[in-house]
Amino acid sequence: MRTHRTAVVLPALASVALLALTGCSASGASGDPAADAASVITVDDPWVKAAEDGMTSSFGLLENTGEEDVTLVAVESSVSEDIELHQTSDDGSGSMSMEEKEGGFDIAAGDSLELAPGGDHIMFMDFDGPLSAGDSVDITLIFSDDSRLEYDAAIRDFAGADESYSDDEDHDHGDHNDHGDQDDEADHDEDAHAGREGDGGLGDGGQS
Amino acid sequence: MLLGGAAAGAGFAALTACTARGDDQDASAEAALLAVGADTVPFHGTHQAGVTTDPQAFATFIALTLRDETDREAIRRLLQVLTDDASRLTAGRGALADTEPELAATPARLTVTLGFGPELVRRVAGESALPSWLRPLPAFGIDRLEEKWNDGDLLLHIAADDQVTVAHAARMLLKTARSAATLRWRQSGFRRSRGSEKSGTTMRNLFGQIDGTVNPRPEDDDFPARVWVADGWMAGGTSLVFRRIRMDLDGWDRLDTPGRDQAMGRRQSDGAPLTGEGEFDEPDFEAIGPHGFTVIPDFSHIARARGDDERPTMLRRSYNYDDDVVGAANAGAAGEAAAGDAEISDAGLLFLAYQADVDEGFVPVQRRLDELDLLNQWTTPVGSAVFAIPPGCAEGGFIGETLF
Repeated sequence: MRTHRTAVVLPALASVALLALTGCSASGASGDPAADAASVITVDDPWVKAAEDGMTSSFGLLENTGEEDVTLVAVESSVSEDIELHQTSDDGSGSMSMEEKEGGFDIAAGDSLELAPGGDHIMFMDFDGPLSAGDSVDITLIFSDDSRLEYDAAIRDFAGADESYSDDEDHDHGDHNDHGDQDDEADHDEDAHAGREGDGGLGDGGQS
Repeated sequence: MLLGGAAAGAGFAALTACTARGDDQDASAEAALLAVGADTVPFHGTHQAGVTTDPQAFATFIALTLRDETDREAIRRLLQVLTDDASRLTAGRGALADTEPELAATPARLTVTLGFGPELVRRVAGESALPSWLRPLPAFGIDRLEEKWNDGDLLLHIAADDQVTVAHAARMLLKTARSAATLRWRQSGFRRSRGSEKSGTTMRNLFGQIDGTVNPRPEDDDFPARVWVADGWMAGGTSLVFRRIRMDLDGWDRLDTPGRDQAMGRRQSDGAPLTGEGEFDEPDFEAIGPHGFTVIPDFSHIARARGDDERPTMLRRSYNYDDDVVGAANAGAAGEAAAGDAEISDAGLLFLAYQADVDEGFVPVQRRLDELDLLNQWTTPVGSAVFAIPPGCAEGGFIGETLF
């Protein structure tokens, strides 16, 4: 088992060093206690799921390098007028549910927020498409102190993060039994969102 | 690899346990083994990695066909993402949107090398951008080409000293490419594992022959002129001739050692020419034996391969293949062959040759071998492709950018 630990630690160190070198992150100056939120937040490996139309989401690792807690309250982009901050949680029914995060995401000093498929993320409720892999999307993070952090997120094909929605009034677990023949139906119920009985990740990456 | 390392380490410990230094030696042997997995080859540079890189143990070659609707801009996007994926994976990191980044954490000298077929070049920059040699090779008499192994618009050459690393990189790059291209063929090959023998040892093919002795070395004065293209969008790039050469291991089995050595012109045992003592001794094609014939037969492989130019004209970097075969029971059921006659091997060589100009490198040699080479009796080219290997790129750039 000691072998194992060595093997894991080495590459991990290497990748940390690389992150520092490649500078594929966005941030302003850090370490200044009076700095605004946008200048102490770094964004690593930001990306957006490719999509023709409908909805899509964006991910990446946000780190608070400052000494004050910050709150991410909104997101803007030139390709969408309707972007929300979403959290995903286990609703107890065996599938994950997704909802808007009221008040935004708090990121404590020295802490980070991972935006990832199946977890917290930035949700484009609509957009001017198509968003094609290889292009990028401009994103602006807006913090509670009104500071703004702009960066480009690379677009990538991705089979997961198949988003769909439960309207509140539709939030009825009783309908689990009658969706068997509705594979292609775009009714945004939570079953489609779970994606556990889907195509095993070999789909074409299209938006549901 | 971890299992192997652990097992080797344990064996070592058992042998040395009675000495105080045993633990240290154990740890350093283990560290050396783990270094194989952690080792990286820089992705960015004047030339693409994977050409002069000391060949890794495993290589997978994937030829793609561009979809009809994949135009110049779609190709640009594709190449940008492939470049980004490759630069991350070769550094031991997951690609963006990688669902299994854990598999990337062992780079094991991973290289990803892209090659362009004529159709890709045409779609991006038009007919005038085509190098004169970027076309199917002339037909050779010995060829028995099967369409399923030929050509391709875009080549992904993925190689590492760990097969899991290769599989993950291949899967990731294919996921990136599939919106723009479809799979044409995929071929995988292998050499000795890293650490199994001294690095730089000339490979042996599955006939047992040392294969690739006469090869230019990157440190040679004439290497750049022989291998790298000098001008135009391909400056710093090279050409790849990729041939799938089936080897008749059953037929070869019937040939005894002297016959094998005569066919090759070198000894199977140590690779020395029949007129020499060591692998790298210069063959003497004029030397006459006791019966009045040349010691190295005129029909032998090395006599036929040698042209007027004594210097090698191409960089050979081949891989063995030994593919799974349909068993006798299945062959019988399919009516393909009587159960007893079913083949036990589908093996050969993925022959790779790099040169500045295919018509000056591979083609003249192959013309001579096509006319006469005793080895032709046991080797059959069944697949053939030529690719332009564009130059490397700097950080922030992408492979193929000079074509746009």
